[in-house]
Amino acid sequence: MENIREQEEHKIVEEKITITIDGRDYKVPKGICVLEAAQMVNIEIPNLCYLKDINEVGTCRVCVVEIEGSRTLQAACVYPVREGLNIRTNTARVRRARKTAVKLLLSEHHRECTTCKRNLNCELQNVADNLGIRNIPFTGERKDDMFYDNNPAIERDYNKCINCRRCMAICNKIQECYVYSPLNRGLNTLISPAFKKDLNEVTCITCGQCVIACPTASLTEKEHIQEVWNAISDPDKHVVVQTAPSIQVTMGEPFGMPIGSFVAGKLVAALKRIGFDRVFATDVTADLTIMEETSELIERLLHFPEKLPLLSSCCPGWVKFAEHFYPEFLPHLSTTKSPHEMCGALSKTWYAKKYGIDPGKIVNVGIMPCTAKKYEAARPEMESDGYRNVDYILTTRELSRMIREVGLDFPNLPDEEYDEPFDQYSGAGMIFGATGGLFEAVLRTAHKLLTGEEMPVPGYEDNHVESGLKFGKVTLADKTLRIAIAHGTGNAKKALERFKNGEQKIDYMEVMACPGGCVGGGGQPILGSRDHKYISLDYRHNRADALFNIERGKKIRRSHENPRIKQIYEEFLGEPLSAISKKYLHTSYIPRGQHPYLEQEPLYKGYNEIN
Amino acid sequence: MGIRIEKNEQENFRKLDEIIERYKNQEGMLIRILQKSQEVFGYLPVKVQAYISEQLNIPISTVNGVVTFYSLFNEEPQGKYVIGVCMGTACYVKGAPEILDAVKDELQIEEEETTMDRLFTLKSTRCIGACGLAPVMTINDEVYGRLTPADIPPILYQYIKTHKKAQVTNENE
Repeated sequence: MENIREQEEHKIVEEKITITIDGRDYKVPKGICVLEAAQMVNIEIPNLCYLKDINEVGTCRVCVVEIEGSRTLQAACVYPVREGLNIRTNTARVRRARKTAVKLLLSEHHRECTTCKRNLNCELQNVADNLGIRNIPFTGERKDDMFYDNNPAIERDYNKCINCRRCMAICNKIQECYVYSPLNRGLNTLISPAFKKDLNEVTCITCGQCVIACPTASLTEKEHIQEVWNAISDPDKHVVVQTAPSIQVTMGEPFGMPIGSFVAGKLVAALKRIGFDRVFATDVTADLTIMEETSELIERLLHFPEKLPLLSSCCPGWVKFAEHFYPEFLPHLSTTKSPHEMCGALSKTWYAKKYGIDPGKIVNVGIMPCTAKKYEAARPEMESDGYRNVDYILTTRELSRMIREVGLDFPNLPDEEYDEPFDQYSGAGMIFGATGGLFEAVLRTAHKLLTGEEMPVPGYEDNHVESGLKFGKVTLADKTLRIAIAHGTGNAKKALERFKNGEQKIDYMEVMACPGGCVGGGGQPILGSRDHKYISLDYRHNRADALFNIERGKKIRRSHENPRIKQIYEEFLGEPLSAISKKYLHTSYIPRGQHPYLEQEPLYKGYNEIN
Repeated sequence: MGIRIEKNEQENFRKLDEIIERYKNQEGMLIRILQKSQEVFGYLPVKVQAYISEQLNIPISTVNGVVTFYSLFNEEPQGKYVIGVCMGTACYVKGAPEILDAVKDELQIEEEETTMDRLFTLKSTRCIGACGLAPVMTINDEVYGRLTPADIPPILYQYIKTHKKAQVTNENE
C-alpha cells in the first residue's frame, strides 16, 4: 500500500537515535517501534497481531521483550524506541513468556492443522514452530458451534480465531466497512459482526481483505473446488475456465516463484492439464467492459451531463459498498457487468451458438483474485437466458490447491496459448488488474471515440492528493474530464464525501475495493509463510509493476484495436450499448441499506439456497 | 431501507429521539444514551441499537460491542423481577451456589434466562457489598440475606402473590 511506503520514507529522513539490542548498538530512525527497529537490524521478534500501521494494538503478547528499567516485559510492537534504550530479545524470561503466550493461544485453538486450509501457510503454525513448542500443558475451553458460512464468499470459524483483531483493523481503517467489533469481554470475547450475524447480514462487501489479514484459518474463502472437480469429471459438461488479468502475475507465488513473475502461459498449461475443456482470458471481456463503459461515459458526457459522475462498476466489492453506504449514487454506477460476468454471459450465448454447444451443458469457472467475485457470481440478477453467467469462482489459492492435488510442477510447465475465441487481448484489458489501470484503459478508448485519433500512451497527468486516492484532469477533444482514482473503499468514501460537499468535482471515478486494485485482492495468494513475512507490505507494488511492465511490451494496447472485440461486435452485439449488449452485458443494482440484518426476508440469499 | 417503526413502538421511539437529541452533540455519550434507552425500552433490542447507530452515525458493530461489553446492558427482554444471586467470595463460601441452584430448581430456568410468564429473570452477580449478610440475593431493589435454600420458595411465592393481586385489581378496575 502506498501510504505505508510514503510514511516510511518520511521517517527515514528524520533523525536517528542509538539503541542497544542484545548488547549491540544500532542507529535506528526515531519514532518507530521496537519490533520495527529489530526487524531493520535483522532480529526477528515473533508476532501475531501486528500489521504495520494498520493493527498496532499489542494484544497477542507474543512479541514481548525485556527493556532495561521496566519491571515487566513489554510488547515490542507498541513500544516506541528512544535514545539509549536497552532491549533484550533473547533471554530465558522472554523465551518463556513467548512460549506461554503461544501455548495459551493454542490451548483454545482447534488444532486440526493437517486438514486446515491454511496448513503450511499459517502464521500461528509458524510461530509455534519457531518457538519450538512441543507440548501444550493447558486444556483450554473448546467451544464448538461457531462456524458461519451462509454466504457465497467467506467462511468464519471462531474456533480458530486468536482475537488478534487484524480483520477488524483492516475492515475499519482501510475499507471503512466497520463489519467487525469485539463482542462480550474477557474469555468470551469474539471478534465478530454485530449481533454475531453472518457476513451476509451485515454491511460486509466480501472484499476478502480480512481473509488476507487473518493469520490463521479463522477467515477463509468458501471453497468450491469439489464442485469444479465434479463438473470436470462429468463427461456431459463442457467446462470452460476464465482467468482474471491480475492473476497472471500472482499465480507463481504459491509455487515459490518471485513476486511479479508473469505466468500466463504456465497458467493456461496448468488449467488444460487439470482438465478444463477451454481456457479463456477474462482480459478479452475486460476489453469489452472498457468498450461498453467508455461508450457509457461518452454518452453521459455528451448527452446526459446530469448523470455524471460515472462510477466504475467492475469491482463487485465496491458495488456492494455503494449499495450499502451510498445508495444515492447507484444511478451513477456504470451498468456494465464486470469482465468475468461478461465472459460468462457470452460463453453461454454467443460462444455456445457459434460452436454449437448446448448452453445448459456449459459450466463457466472463473479463476479470480477475489472473494467478492464469488458473491457476484451468486447474485440473482447475473443470469443470461435463464443460465447463470458464471457457475463457480475459484480464488488463486483454491487453484493452487488444485494444481498441487494434480501434482503439476507449475514453475516448469511450458507456456501455452489461450483458446479461441477469448484468446487475444489488448494491454488495456490486462492493466485492469491494478489500480489506475481501468481508468487508463477507458481513457485510451475514450480518446479514440471522441477525437477519432489514437492517444499517445500514457497520456494523462494526475495530481496526487493522498495515498490511495488521486484526483486529476484530462482533456479529451474540447472536453475536460475531472477524474478520481481510488483503491480501498475507505478512499472511495473520502472521494464521494468530497464530491457531496462540493469540494471536488468528479466526472469519472475508478474504484477498486482492495488496496492496490485486483493485484492486492482478497483472493490472491496469502504470504503468511516464513519466507514472505517481511515483504508482505510491498508485494502489491511488485505485482502491479509487473503487470504494467508487461503491458508496455504488448503490441495491441487499446481495447478497440483488439480483433476479438471487433469480431464479437460484428457477429453478435452490433455496437456498444446496443439492445443486445444492454440485455446481456449490463446489469442493475439495489440499495441494501446499512442494516440488512433487520430485513425479514434477506435481500440476498445464501449461495446454497440459490443453487 | 430505513428502520421500520411499528405503531405500538412510536411512543418509545419518540422518547428515544429526545434522549438522542439531548446528548448527540457531546462526545462520548454513547453509553449514557444506551443506558437511558434501556430505561425506556426495558432492554436494548436489535432495532433500538440499529436506530441509535444510525442517528449517531456510529457503526452498528461498535454499538453492539459496547452493549455486549457491559453487563449493565441487556439484549433480551427482562422479567418484572430481576433476581441477582451474589457470587462474591464471601457469599460463595457461605453457600451461594446452593442458593442459585434452589432458584433454578424453583423457577426451572438457567442463568441469564427469563421465565415464560416474564415474571423473573435470574442472574448471578459479582460482590454487591453486603458480605455481612452472606449469602445474599437481590430481587429488584430488595436485598435478602443469610439465606438457605429452603428460604427461596417462600420469598419467590411472595412476589408471585403480589403480582397476581395486582393483576386481579387491574382487571376489576
